[in-house]
Amino acid sequence: MRQRPLSPHATVYRFQYTMIGSFAHRVSGLALSAGLLVFVAWLAAAAGGWGSYAAAVALLSGPFAKGVLALWLLAFCYHFFNGIRHLAWDLVFGLEKREARRSYRMAIIATLALFAALAWLLFARGGATP
Amino acid sequence: MSTFRLPPNSRVRRDGKMFRAPEGAKQPRTFRIYRFDPDSGENPRLDSYEVDMAACGPMVLDALIKIKNEVDSTLTFRRSCREGICGSCAMNIDGLNTLACTKACGDIKGDVTIYPLPHMPVVKDLVPDLTQFYAQYAAVKPWLQSRTPAPPDRERLQSKAEQEKIDRPSACILCACCSTACPSYWWNSDRYLGPAALLAAYRWIIDSRDEATGERLDELEDPFKLYRCHTIMNCTEACPKDLNPAKAIAEIKKLIVERQH
Repeated sequence: MRQRPLSPHATVYRFQYTMIGSFAHRVSGLALSAGLLVFVAWLAAAAGGWGSYAAAVALLSGPFAKGVLALWLLAFCYHFFNGIRHLAWDLVFGLEKREARRSYRMAIIATLALFAALAWLLFARGGATP
Repeated sequence: MSTFRLPPNSRVRRDGKMFRAPEGAKQPRTFRIYRFDPDSGENPRLDSYEVDMAACGPMVLDALIKIKNEVDSTLTFRRSCREGICGSCAMNIDGLNTLACTKACGDIKGDVTIYPLPHMPVVKDLVPDLTQFYAQYAAVKPWLQSRTPAPPDRERLQSKAEQEKIDRPSACILCACCSTACPSYWWNSDRYLGPAALLAAYRWIIDSRDEATGERLDELEDPFKLYRCHTIMNCTEACPKDLNPAKAIAEIKKLIVERQH
């Protein structure tokens, strides 16, 4: 007999808030892991003395590097607030549908607010440039 | 493994058949339905059926039955009670898993797209093979286990509060909407038990008459059987009986942590 086909899954299932939130948590976590390496490299450069630190700062203040830093900042804000949701869920709190929908909206709003504030502090006020 | 692409024998052909509405149809509505014929040797395809909603019942199941009766008798699907208690007509309608008999066509915008329950082997058309799903249910031993003998003169009684704890989880009809909505179950259904089986496990863990709570928790304390749940909550969103498998799983995880102290 011919092998049974597998029914469609990720490509047909509606991308609702549950999946978007979980997927974004994973992606932001992975991005932050990569960002940590750059952060460590920056620290190592600072420990290496004035010359290496100046080179690292020059590298990290280009427009492309700033764009990536902004994305990391956004990833951090989302991972932080959605992480709080996960902590609450592990205490069996906020798992009703209505509560989960509301906490999702709250996490998105808090993420955007914190991101806007930090981005303004770091970039508009020139905090990221030496 | 997270494999988004379907295997070659499962990819859906886009050149399905089109069945036009009859002449003089007042409210034609298009239903795009997944078809797979195991005898043809061909890949699955999407067929389109125009149904006159002016001469059809309100639910998606009504439309499916109308198509089977009047247009294409080869269309295959499971159905029985038509009132949301048997769980037979679970399928993916408009991108979400639910029961065709309790989903109103009027609640869907545009064409009505129907697939079988996601990431399951398909027997024919909208009929998935649920063998593994049932085996996972059996694996949690969904029956009362006790060592102390029952009182000779009456049943094993529960207080009202004790009954209320198991009231909701007992209402599960095993339609498989939740498990097949879960991405973790899609990628790991060979080792992760899935929301439906874990909800059943929880129902027996918190039953005041059951005396195998420790053994049940031992059995579940496993990186895959239980902890593949990442609280995505697709299960709770999908449940047509408005139950909460995600919460039941979180309760099990909490019970496992608590008994260590």
